[in-house]
Amino acid sequence: MKTLMIKQYYGDYDAMKGGGGSEIPADKKPAAKTLSSGVSSEWPLWEVFVRSKQGLDHKHVGSLHAADAKMAIENGRDVYTRRQEGVSIWVVESKHIHASNPDEAESFYEPAADKVYRHPTFYDLPDSLTHM
Amino acid sequence: MSVQELDKIFQDKIDAEIRIEPKDWMPEKYRQNLIRQISQHAHSEIVGMLPEGNWISRAPSLKRKQILIAKVQDEAGHGLYLYSAAETLGITRDQMTEQLLSGKAKYSSIFNYPTTTWADMGVIGWLVDGAAIMNQVPLCRTSYGPYSRAMIRVCKEESFHQRQGFESLLVLSKGTDDQRAMLQDAIDRWWWPSLMMFGPTDDESPNSQLSMKWKIKRFTNDELRQRFVDMCAEQVKLLNMTLPDPDLKWNEERKHYDFGAINWEEFWNVVSGNGPCNKQRLDARNKAWEKGAWVREAAVAHAEKRRARLKSEAA
Amino acid sequence: MTDTNYKPAGKAPFPPGRAGGWAFILHLADNALIIGQRNAEWCGHGPALEQDIAITNISLDQIGQARMLYNYAATLYNGFDSNEKTAVDHLVPRLWKAYNRELEEDDLAFLRDERQYLNLLLAELPKGDWAQTVLRQFFFSAFQFYQYTELQKSSDTQLSAIAEKSIKEVTYHLRWSAEWVIRLGDGTEESRRRITDALGELWMFTGEAFKPAPYEVIAVEDLKGAWIEKVATVFAEADLELPKSGWSQAGGKEGKHTEHLGYLLADMQYLQRTYPDSTW
Repeated sequence: MKTLMIKQYYGDYDAMKGGGGSEIPADKKPAAKTLSSGVSSEWPLWEVFVRSKQGLDHKHVGSLHAADAKMAIENGRDVYTRRQEGVSIWVVESKHIHASNPDEAESFYEPAADKVYRHPTFYDLPDSLTHM
Repeated sequence: MSVQELDKIFQDKIDAEIRIEPKDWMPEKYRQNLIRQISQHAHSEIVGMLPEGNWISRAPSLKRKQILIAKVQDEAGHGLYLYSAAETLGITRDQMTEQLLSGKAKYSSIFNYPTTTWADMGVIGWLVDGAAIMNQVPLCRTSYGPYSRAMIRVCKEESFHQRQGFESLLVLSKGTDDQRAMLQDAIDRWWWPSLMMFGPTDDESPNSQLSMKWKIKRFTNDELRQRFVDMCAEQVKLLNMTLPDPDLKWNEERKHYDFGAINWEEFWNVVSGNGPCNKQRLDARNKAWEKGAWVREAAVAHAEKRRARLKSEAA
Repeated sequence: MTDTNYKPAGKAPFPPGRAGGWAFILHLADNALIIGQRNAEWCGHGPALEQDIAITNISLDQIGQARMLYNYAATLYNGFDSNEKTAVDHLVPRLWKAYNRELEEDDLAFLRDERQYLNLLLAELPKGDWAQTVLRQFFFSAFQFYQYTELQKSSDTQLSAIAEKSIKEVTYHLRWSAEWVIRLGDGTEESRRRITDALGELWMFTGEAFKPAPYEVIAVEDLKGAWIEKVATVFAEADLELPKSGWSQAGGKEGKHTEHLGYLLADMQYLQRTYPDSTW
């Protein structure tokens, strides 16, 4: 069962644990090179969000590796906007993303299903009423 | 919940065409299967840059040079999208790279053939990318969300690759005798290896059945191969060239082209490392990786220093 | 050329006028093409996937600039009168003359000999390691930035339009390369050693840009101050020492090159020379 529950990278950070940190078993980790400061030489993973045009939201488009935020934005530009896909880029280091837990999907999202009164179509009004 | 119950929920989702997302429970074997397939696919994109990169410096016009660079660069992008998709499954890009460089991971054998003339560039676009697209389009609907999203992006970009390839072949086909000879020779060399790209026949493909059940794959190797043959047998006529297969013939009953036997001995030989360029390709990737190590380290070291400076300034 | 910035240079093999400006356009185009060709050598061999993509993007921008300029040069040439054609005859590809058709961009790129290429020596030096590539790019982009800023003011509307489009690209190249110079200078011991070595290799090739060639349309010597200032700012952040200005290699602008260019051209021009006058 233990191997079935390996924690994944992006989108799989347990908010309760404060995010960050993968849980790959130590023996499966690569012999990643580290600097004298003890920091891994593998560039961290970033999530990239692109605004395709003014007036629209930034949308998640994918991930990339970069040593720092500046480089992540530039890499985002080179990797994800080569075909004029965007006018603005957000990047966030993947480890800072907190995600909801799919095991709790039912209790999270299904209670919204019967709140029909939140939708305008719930209300029956005469056709003669205009501008509403 | 027991594993059996989780497994049932999982398979129900797959059957209902609901995508599996990174945080969802999934059988370990599904995860392993995906990692294997996605990383192989990513490696193929990255190694696939080399045979075409071989002609960037010698492209015969500035326009063709731009197109070729843009195409090879796209392949780097595709590798990147795919590595990212695999990274959601709990493996890092460095780990996957290590598997490639050590020779442990496989990539598409087609890239172990040499590109010896300029016509190879167009023929790769037409046949190799054509075969790849056949494989890839169904993958846009693959059951794993990040893989499917990566493939949608890949396919969108890939469509220019095949078109530019065929267009450059049309130009050669209308060119001088030398150019036409160059074209036929390239078709002759790439045709059979392209057919091998669809992998072993269905009865010899060990992972196929499970992949179909989990909707990682949606068509069998042989189905896709037949489609490809049917397509190319028609397209080659536009080039006034021939495919190097005396047994290629339309079968009215099957409504498909019959084609000759594939030399599987050659296929397994190349897969097991004896292709003309296996060593050269891996050497090139190893060299790039090793020579890049100090660059990657410097960037991390600088980022660290900068963070530390900001911290001490703030303090 | 009736550029307000144009300064007749007396000693020129090119009389002032359109034919004089023609060599200058080739000089700009050759710079862009040759450095673009060098940067493309990284494609498939970069130190990280993301940077492989970044450097090839730069290469694509540069080849795009070269194409616009060669196109313009070819159009100009085809419209020249016989006097003007004679004045630039030594720059026209010999092989093309047998083709009996108008001059095209690819003829200029693929059929001119080494002595007819007018790029800066800096552009043709081997790509070296990543330190050499990014430092060369930084020196080049900083120069190109000020050069194209001036060119935007040109009364030659075609040239100013090309400069206006290109400077957006150049601004990004400058930013990208400056950041890498800083990263390597202020990175690890090894990166610092490598960027310092690169500086030793490249510095003597930076002065050429500011020595006006006979055909020079803008006052390049006036750009040196701004260039040095930019380099000094970035070097300060990279903790690198600005070398004393010493002896400068020159000659590229007049077609006298290093030994490296011949190999680059032999490689690049091979198909066009092997199969003359074919369509690709």
